[in-house]
Amino acid sequence: MILLSRPIIWLSLIVLWLLLNGSVAPGQIILGMIVATFACWAALPVVPGKARVRNIGTVAALVLAVLVDVVKSNIAVLRLILSGRTARSAFVDIPLELTDENGLAVLACIVTATPGSAWVQHNSTRNVVTIHVLDTADVDAWAAEFRQTYERRLVEILQ
Amino acid sequence: MSAVPEWLQLVIALVVLTGAIVTFIGTVGLVRWASFYQRIHAPTLGSSLGAALILLASSLYSSFALGRPVLHEVLVLFFILVTTPVTLTLLARAALYRDRSEGSAEVPLPPETEPGTDR
Amino acid sequence: MMASVIDWIYLAAQLFLGFAMLAGCWRLFRGPRAQDRILALDSVYLSAMLLLVTFGMRSGTLIYFEIALVLGALSFVSTLALAKFVMRGEVIE
Repeated sequence: MILLSRPIIWLSLIVLWLLLNGSVAPGQIILGMIVATFACWAALPVVPGKARVRNIGTVAALVLAVLVDVVKSNIAVLRLILSGRTARSAFVDIPLELTDENGLAVLACIVTATPGSAWVQHNSTRNVVTIHVLDTADVDAWAAEFRQTYERRLVEILQ
Repeated sequence: MSAVPEWLQLVIALVVLTGAIVTFIGTVGLVRWASFYQRIHAPTLGSSLGAALILLASSLYSSFALGRPVLHEVLVLFFILVTTPVTLTLLARAALYRDRSEGSAEVPLPPETEPGTDR
Repeated sequence: MMASVIDWIYLAAQLFLGFAMLAGCWRLFRGPRAQDRILALDSVYLSAMLLLVTFGMRSGTLIYFEIALVLGALSFVSTLALAKFVMRGEVIE
């Protein structure tokens, strides 16, 4: 069974279906299973390689760090806009240790979802990422903190 | 509707107002900032904190009003959180590609000197 | 008394979201480049979606959330397609 090799995707699709319908009636569960099976079968050819999560505790720490950081950087950007001063923007090149493609995708989403930083490009030969930072006084300190908070944890989780 | 205590209604309304103000201030950045790469940060305010405040408040309110957990809003929030970074990253790459092909001085590192740039 | 205060707070929130949409529209018409307009459109979609959610909270029906969900899906697909078009000049390669 190809489908059983991806139980997490399958299960989360069923949960999605139940949330959309707002019920946990047996009929909805069966319908959800049918839909999830078809969706998995359709999506499998384009799903990238399987990620292997090694460290659940670090996942929780990462999620917490992201939540705290999103709130903090929201406040920072709000203050920047309200103060009306010119933003000290910069493109920052950061060399990465992380090579797992799922990990890089997660990292790109985290960086872009956080206000004040946006993933611009990634060079796969040199494994260097370019991030646009909206407002920073010290580019090197920003890069160091980024590597410490996110990249180190993702390397711990995936490699 | 009447099942929701009044003080909770007030708190929820204030949370919604905060979310709306955060979203609005984000779009002020969209108007004010000079460069495209700065403006790309503007919608992330609304899509992270703004959306989270409004949608979680709405979820809480409906749950109290209907007397059962209503999780549609959590689904919408999850959807926003997952899709916004994807679109913004692709948009940044598209803008970078265009600016480079026109030889703009604002963007870093032209592709000729950077083999293997693919993401 | 309390009920009218809550009404005013919701009205203020909806006004702020409306102004957010207007700011997005300003950037949408002003440009100057295609990518700015796409970004502005994405931002207008987001504000409209949140505005619909606040309408839904006032009306007490769940239909607005369905509209918000559809709007979210629409905004995702359209922004992706437009960004792709700006980059390559065609949507499907």
